Parts: sequence; structure tokens; C-alpha cells
Amino acid sequence: MTEGTLIKVGMADLNIADGGAMLRTTGLGSCVGLTLYDPHLKLGGMAHIMLPSSDIAREGQLNIAKYADTAVPELLQRMISKGAVTGRLLAKMAGGAQMFAFMGGTDTMRIGPRNVEATKLALERFEIPLVSEDTGGNYGRTVELNSLTGVFSIRSVQHGVKEI
Amino acid sequence: MSLFKNDSDFKMDVLREVGNIGAGNAATALSTLLNKPVDMAVPTVSLLPFEAIAERVGGSEAVVIAIFLRVDGDAPGNMFFIINREPARRILQGLLGFDAAENDNYSELELSALSEIGNILAGSYLTSLADFTGLHMSPTVPSLAVDMAGAILSYGLLQFGTMGDDALLIDTTFLEGQQEAEGHFFLIPDPESFDKLFRALGVPL
Repeated sequence: MTEGTLIKVGMADLNIADGGAMLRTTGLGSCVGLTLYDPHLKLGGMAHIMLPSSDIAREGQLNIAKYADTAVPELLQRMISKGAVTGRLLAKMAGGAQMFAFMGGTDTMRIGPRNVEATKLALERFEIPLVSEDTGGNYGRTVELNSLTGVFSIRSVQHGVKEI
Repeated sequence: MSLFKNDSDFKMDVLREVGNIGAGNAATALSTLLNKPVDMAVPTVSLLPFEAIAERVGGSEAVVIAIFLRVDGDAPGNMFFIINREPARRILQGLLGFDAAENDNYSELELSALSEIGNILAGSYLTSLADFTGLHMSPTVPSLAVDMAGAILSYGLLQFGTMGDDALLIDTTFLEGQQEAEGHFFLIPDPESFDKLFRALGVPL
């Protein structure tokens, strides 16, 4: 993949990129955009996680990119198959917002924070350090990972662009 | 994902009629509120991949004004009233009588007015639907957001999320005269609600 190529990661989807290609996922609300980066290989991976746990899945064919507990190992596996070493990987993430505030919010309403917690738990399981995050709040985010630099940029309507 | 085992076309027609009745009443309410005619397009009922739902309102990153309500009761679901920015400005101008929302900076008053409009419209949509089906349906307090369409709409897809990667959407477009779409009414019943809706309407399952 060449520099400047943009790889779009859809909702409940994941992908990897190297050679300076960008990974991008748009309109994260309560969903979490997780990235893993191997600085030595300049290889990046991104997952757009929608729900915390595959325990609640009732679908026939499980979409493993959708749930925090299954997306993290899958993304890790995809990176390892490209030569990444787990001990070198750095994680960054954004999203997990609570778009709407409700009185006496039910579990569904708290889905953003729950996605963040579940993603962190999955990272801990593989001992991948979370180096930075931009999570929570009540606003949407579009995120991009530059596979050349590992820079993770976050754009929102109210706060413009920031890099972590 | 195939949501309906049999009579799929007929069931889609029934849901289209559900949208017709609900949104028809909401359009009348909006027209009364604005004191001018508001038309609506024939509702579309489609099983769409999550990504495609935001495309209906300009794409995942398009900034929209959305009023979200959770429908409680016999046939729960999620409801969105999505207004484009320009029509929202005109609606506010008509209601409040002064130039509203310069540069997309909404005041408390404007946000509250938009939220109330959403409340009235969703209320009329649900009331007519409840009358028509004999089911109990009540809206939660509306919540308003001005943000990326993808971020907002994904909230209404969580119930479908555990079942697959598509959601069934009843979409009605509002039109003011011959102008561009003013906004959309999205009703996304929870997957479990379809059988209840069909049973209430005498559709064989």
C-alpha cells in the first residue's frame, strides 16, 4: 500500500494498513474506534467496535469486528500475520460517547462507556498498553490513523481536529 | 438477514402503511405549526446495512439536527426526526419571528424550540400508530443533538446490532412545497416488535 491511500473502516468492521496508508472510520458515536500500531513495522490496525460483548449476540454468523471482546483478538491476529509483535503494539482509541442524555438511563443508554470499558479489558487481556484515548463526552467523532507515523487524529463538529 | 419468514412483500407493504399513517399525522401537525402546507413522500421500508442508513441523510459525517426518542410500550423501538440545517433555520424563523441560528450556533431557546417540535411530531406519529394498532406506545422525553449523522443514528441501531448488520427502517421524507427534503422521520422498531405489530394488525405471521 502506498502513501496517501485511504482505507475506510465501516461500522462493525476492522482493517490493517502499512506503507503510509491511512485508516479511517467516520461518525463514531457510542461506538469505539480502536487502533493498534507497531512502530517498528509502521503497521496499523483499526476496529470500529459497536457493542461491548459477544455474549449478547443473537446473530447466526457472528460479526467478530462488532464486539470488543472478539474484535481485539481478531485485529491482533491480523497484525501478527503481517509480522507484528504483540509486545511492540501500542493502542489508542476514541469514541464511546453518550450522544443523548436521558433520565434514569438504562444499560442501552450507557452503551458508550460500556464499550470503552470492554475495549480496555480486552487490551489488558493481551497486555497491550493504551497510550492515549479521547473517549466519552456527548459528541460524534471521525478518526484517522497514519500508518507511517502512528499519529491518531480525531475530528469532531464542536472541537475541530486534535491529534493524540 | 431475512427478518420475515413468509409474505415478506406483503409485510413490507403493511409497514409502509404504518409509516404512512404515522408520518401523515405528523406532517399535518408540522403544517399546523408552520401555518403552511407540508407534503410527505411515500414512506420507504427497507432492510439496510448500518452504513447505508446514514447515507439517507447525507452520509455518516454530514451534520444534522436530530431529535431522538425511545418508544416504550407494547412495540418498542427508536424514532428519529432529522431536520436539515437550512429548513431548521426557516422553521425557527417562522416560529420565533427573528433570524435564527446564525452560523449554526443555536441558542438555548432555539434548541428548546426544535426539541419541542420533535416532541409534538413524534407524539402525533405515535398517537396515530397506537390508535391504528390498538397497541400501547409512548415516547420518552425527546433528546436533541446537532452532530454527525453516523454518530447519532448508530444509537438507534443497537437493538439490531446483536442480530446482524442490517436494520429495518421506515423512512418518510418531508417536503415543503416543491422544495428539497425538509427532513426525515425514521422509525426503527426493535426486532421483537415486528411480530407484535403484525399480530395487532391481523397479519398472519
